[in-house]
Amino acid sequence: MMIMKGRAVRATATAAMLAVFGAPVMAEELFYVSGAVGNAVEDFKTIVKPWEEATGNTVTIVPMPASTTDQFGQYRLWLAAGATDIDLYQTDVIWAPQLADHFVDLTEAAKDLAPTHFPSIIESQTVNGKLVALPLFTDAPALYYRTDLLEKYGKTPPKTWAELAETAKAIQDGERAEGKADMWGFVWQGNAYEGLTCNALEWVKSFGGGQIVEADGTISINNENAVAALEAAKSWVGTISPDGVLAYQEEEARGVWQTGNAVFMRNWPYAYTLGNGDDSAVKGLFGVTTLPVGKDGDSSAATLGGWNVAVSKYSTKQDAAVSLALYLAGPEAQKTRALIASNLPTIVALYDDPEIAEKQPIIPQWKDVFLNAVPRPSAPTLGKYNEVSAKFWSAVHNTLSGEGSAAENLELLEVELTDIKGSGW
Amino acid sequence: MAINDGGLSLSQQRQRAAFWFIAPMLAALFFVAAWPLLRTIWFSLTDTALSDLYGGEWIGFDNYLSLRVLDSGRWIWRGTLVDADWWNAVWNTVRFAFVSVFFETVLGLIVALVLNAEFKGRGLVRAAILIPWAIPTIVSAKMWAWMLNDQFGILNDIALNLGLIDQKIAWTASVDTAMYAVLMVDVWKTTPFMALLILAGLQMVPRDIYEAAKLDGINPVKVFFRITLPLIRPALAVAIIFRMLDALRIFDLVYVLTPNSKATKTMSVISRENMIDFDKFAYGAAQSTLLFAIIAIFVSLYIWLGKVDLSGEGQR
Repeated sequence: MMIMKGRAVRATATAAMLAVFGAPVMAEELFYVSGAVGNAVEDFKTIVKPWEEATGNTVTIVPMPASTTDQFGQYRLWLAAGATDIDLYQTDVIWAPQLADHFVDLTEAAKDLAPTHFPSIIESQTVNGKLVALPLFTDAPALYYRTDLLEKYGKTPPKTWAELAETAKAIQDGERAEGKADMWGFVWQGNAYEGLTCNALEWVKSFGGGQIVEADGTISINNENAVAALEAAKSWVGTISPDGVLAYQEEEARGVWQTGNAVFMRNWPYAYTLGNGDDSAVKGLFGVTTLPVGKDGDSSAATLGGWNVAVSKYSTKQDAAVSLALYLAGPEAQKTRALIASNLPTIVALYDDPEIAEKQPIIPQWKDVFLNAVPRPSAPTLGKYNEVSAKFWSAVHNTLSGEGSAAENLELLEVELTDIKGSGW
Repeated sequence: MAINDGGLSLSQQRQRAAFWFIAPMLAALFFVAAWPLLRTIWFSLTDTALSDLYGGEWIGFDNYLSLRVLDSGRWIWRGTLVDADWWNAVWNTVRFAFVSVFFETVLGLIVALVLNAEFKGRGLVRAAILIPWAIPTIVSAKMWAWMLNDQFGILNDIALNLGLIDQKIAWTASVDTAMYAVLMVDVWKTTPFMALLILAGLQMVPRDIYEAAKLDGINPVKVFFRITLPLIRPALAVAIIFRMLDALRIFDLVYVLTPNSKATKTMSVISRENMIDFDKFAYGAAQSTLLFAIIAIFVSLYIWLGKVDLSGEGQR
């Protein structure tokens, strides 16, 4: 009976899906390319399974390196060459303006789905009226902290960066004195890549130092608050953060954190589920809060991240690919993704979903974090964003590794950005 | 035969036949070496973008150097030749090339001398020593990245336990040690290649010279400097040129092993970054062209100063 029932349910589900996505004309094999962070590849297979069963198509995921900068380089090459091998690309929130020409306009296909998403996210993926990609999930980092250690030392989650440094130092020293020589106060992403732009933008913004290039295109980075922010970050390296943090990306930071060797970590929501996994040394021992601020009165800043799905213009199976994109950005897939990977949905209604609220209580809380998230200056700088970002992270990386002071490097950065800007972005 | 020779002498006929025999090779070389090179040089003189490879327009040498005079009368130089990042990359690359090739040559020579001696299981050792060279660079770079990892790396662990260091070193992250890390891995990887080339040279040295030296009771150190070294010099010179060419275009090891920082960025890395990441394809092409020019200059200087005989004429 149970089996029969299961079949009946599945048959109904399949019929419903067929009604939504149209009957399959022919089984297609699609190729979907995406960065592989954490369990991304396994999770994707789980998420896409119902669609495969309903349409008879199959999807092969092509995993890419975890670094978004590396992914972008490869995608740009494939797209410039008009490669037909890849049908769908998982794209970072900042790429839309730079890759718009290579993707299919999804405005018409998603006319029912798009209005259910947060308008600001749909807007970020719209270039000159063309909907380049559909949002899969949004991302906003937070401060992970060890509840057990904070309790042990009678501390509270820090409100300012100075408090964080102080608490981290105290606990780190205390734990080391007890023989945990590998304990560190704070891990984050300091490698010279896009992730450092995200980290540093948060420091600068939360110190009241603007957002590198403002929405109207003015270059604002060379100011006292930004200098103070970078000097503060520099003081962490080698004291509360390992020197190696300057080569860390998300996964390296998570490695230190998840083996129980850090008091604080700055990371994206995906680390929440993984940190509570059975193989995690910090399972059930940590909490999450908003990132600290420069001084009382400043507001916390979290860099807006998030991933989207775009259909390649060069795909030979566009109908099936668009159907998959709609499914992946739709409520069912987003809900599964929220449940198994703690990725934040972009569909407004899912924040009131009782099942998500029960199994991932952190997600409804996160809504406020990302609604106030700071976008990277990809909108004002258009096609020059990558270069702007690279100049920024280089200046920050140089400062952190002691090559020139923050003031010198930011002054130089301003000159370089002015050069890149030329007569206009 | 007499009908077809068209009055050509025997040597002319042979030359003609020889030309047709090497023609396929010349064609292949043209398509895989000359054409891409010429095309890159052409791109560097245009404003080509990656998304539109055929739409570039001629802009002369602006990617290399251009002068703009602002309304205020200020002169602004632009282009790769005044780009501080580029010169930093050149310096990194040249420093890397000289230091790595120096150590690889010395170590390779020692290894080759050992392998040239008669001992049991020599064949096995010769094969085993080639393993680092046989592993793809990406794989060995990743492997070393883990071994050099500041928190979990085995090298830090060993050094800590032996009391060589008192706290963990962030080998690849720190500006001070990143270049050493790259050098160390490259020396580890490429010494076997050097050893193999030198070993081939060593085996060409006639044994009877050594016997004569032995009979005369010459000191082994003197034998090495007076007999071995001069006789393997041609092989050594060619090996060094190969390594130099390779080292000057180092990319994969630096890209995978270290953060993309100023401390280790090489010419190839920066040129790729411009071409792909920054969408400044023509600017990157200009840097590639300069990279080619720099390598050409180095090799020519080396051949000229070292009087290296690449034609093989002197061997006759």
